[in-house]
Amino acid sequence: MDNLRDLYQEVILDHNKNPRNFRKMEEPDGFAHGKNPLCGDQIDVYLKITDGVVEDVSFDGNGCAICTSSASMMTTALKGKTEAEAEALFNSFHHALTDEGTFPDDVPLGKLEVLTGVKDYPVRVKCATLAWHTFDAALKKMQGNVSTE
Amino acid sequence: MTNSAQYDIQSIRDDFPILERKIFDKPLVYLDNGASTQHPTAVINAVKNLYEHSYANVHRGVHTLSQEASNLYDDARVKVRGFIHASCVHEVVFTSGATESINLVAQCYARPRLKKGDEILITHMEHHSNIVPWQMVCEQTGAELKVVPISDKGELEMDQFHALLSEKTKMVSVVHVSNALGTVNPITSIINAAHELGVPVLVDGAQAIPHLPVNVKNLDADFYVFSGHKIYGPTGIGVLYGKEKLLNEMPPYKGGGDMILSVTFEETIYNQLPYKFEAGTPNIAGAVGLGAAIDYVNKIGIGTIAAHEHGLLMYATSKLEQIDGLRIIGEADQKAGLISFVLDGVHPHDIGTILDGEGVAIRAGHHCAQPIMERYNVPATARASFAMYNTFQEIDVLAEAIKKTINMFN
Ligand SMILES: Cc1ncc(COP(=O)(O)O)c(C=O)c1O
Repeated sequence: MDNLRDLYQEVILDHNKNPRNFRKMEEPDGFAHGKNPLCGDQIDVYLKITDGVVEDVSFDGNGCAICTSSASMMTTALKGKTEAEAEALFNSFHHALTDEGTFPDDVPLGKLEVLTGVKDYPVRVKCATLAWHTFDAALKKMQGNVSTE
Repeated sequence: MTNSAQYDIQSIRDDFPILERKIFDKPLVYLDNGASTQHPTAVINAVKNLYEHSYANVHRGVHTLSQEASNLYDDARVKVRGFIHASCVHEVVFTSGATESINLVAQCYARPRLKKGDEILITHMEHHSNIVPWQMVCEQTGAELKVVPISDKGELEMDQFHALLSEKTKMVSVVHVSNALGTVNPITSIINAAHELGVPVLVDGAQAIPHLPVNVKNLDADFYVFSGHKIYGPTGIGVLYGKEKLLNEMPPYKGGGDMILSVTFEETIYNQLPYKFEAGTPNIAGAVGLGAAIDYVNKIGIGTIAAHEHGLLMYATSKLEQIDGLRIIGEADQKAGLISFVLDGVHPHDIGTILDGEGVAIRAGHHCAQPIMERYNVPATARASFAMYNTFQEIDVLAEAIKKTINMFN
């Protein structure tokens, strides 16, 4: 049980219980639906981008504590970031959970650091990264849309 | 309830080496038997013995080892026949598992016969492996898939079954015991009703075979399928039982060696049953292991095992029902072997991880039965599924671990 406390830290349990920015967004600039078919986690990520800056980001859906808290922390971390900063944070977070070693372009994770305990539970890594992948998809879809218009 | 004088749980547990395992320094409480069961020494030794003493390819060599291996392989089929009470040995086809068995029937029985306007009837509580093969046949033939709904308790709505069964129905395929709800379905009534209209029935026995005595002849099932790894045998081996007449009418599933009598480039004469459906070198060790598993189950007695597991189910149900915020999904009057549940405010995935920290192995997810999850409006469930070696004390450990989980999240 003690090692589990590293995974289910108070911060994580708190974000799970009271997820931040947990709401559907009307008329978002970007949107994507993410799904982890293995465990049934489902999440929608909504984006509002103004002049290349994440003005608002929210999510809703249904996931485990790791998935929900990661999504919640992601939304608080992303607000105010430029698209490039957001992508860098996504990559760094992804590296921290999935790869050994350091990457030259990695940025500090700040509060997201508490989620890196997930690394010791390989089957749960997908739970922690689902929101980020969904965010990434929403952003890419948006950028895709812009370039075809 | 079981009589402990008759049911020597400790000697059974001693037969399963893996039960000695510690998980995070806690004794393993293995309650994921619905996904796959563990193996008694008898099964491990049968496979070991084959490889150490008698291994060669089967039905091909005149040499001693090939003879011995062939005998062991054929013996396994004889054991399966006896276990499910098939009329004859050649009605037992070895496959890689329940999934392949269903696909075989879908492709070789249903596909050549079905056409637009025909219907295939399944239920809302099927495993994906008893949904997707039929969807594929529907796509290939233009037939339509009909689904018998289930009640809030998790029982088939039999009046709906009778309403959906019609002249258009050309195939019924139904699960004997639901892997997500534990429901034991009224297979006999289903088969009888279908036969009145001349419709053949496939029974998915993957979750029934380790928990209930099965007699395919008394059931009058046309096809009955299961996997070895859910009844203490190896993975990669399974069974398709089919009535001789139906199997004879079906074209082969795969082409290759062992499934032919003679091949020229002009004409190939297919081998007799069951070899017609067993192209290529079969899973010899898997079959031998399955045979040993059946011997082991017979030694304890499937009826005795069923009674013990029923005791566990009753005990676990009463224990879990007392836990605040726990909801059992699947409350059919007739249940076997497992309990699916959800907790208020705790996702099943988290339950699974936290229970694992207590040494308790359960399944968390949709159990390859997404339509059921949708039906009960849950993203997933946690599932504790029982086997002959589980104890009442292990149920206590499960209940305590669930309470700890709830405390952690509140
Ligand atoms: C009811 C049911 N049918 C079919 C299957 C498929 O079995 P296998 O994956 O061994 O082919 C399972 C396995 O979980 C099952 O529970």
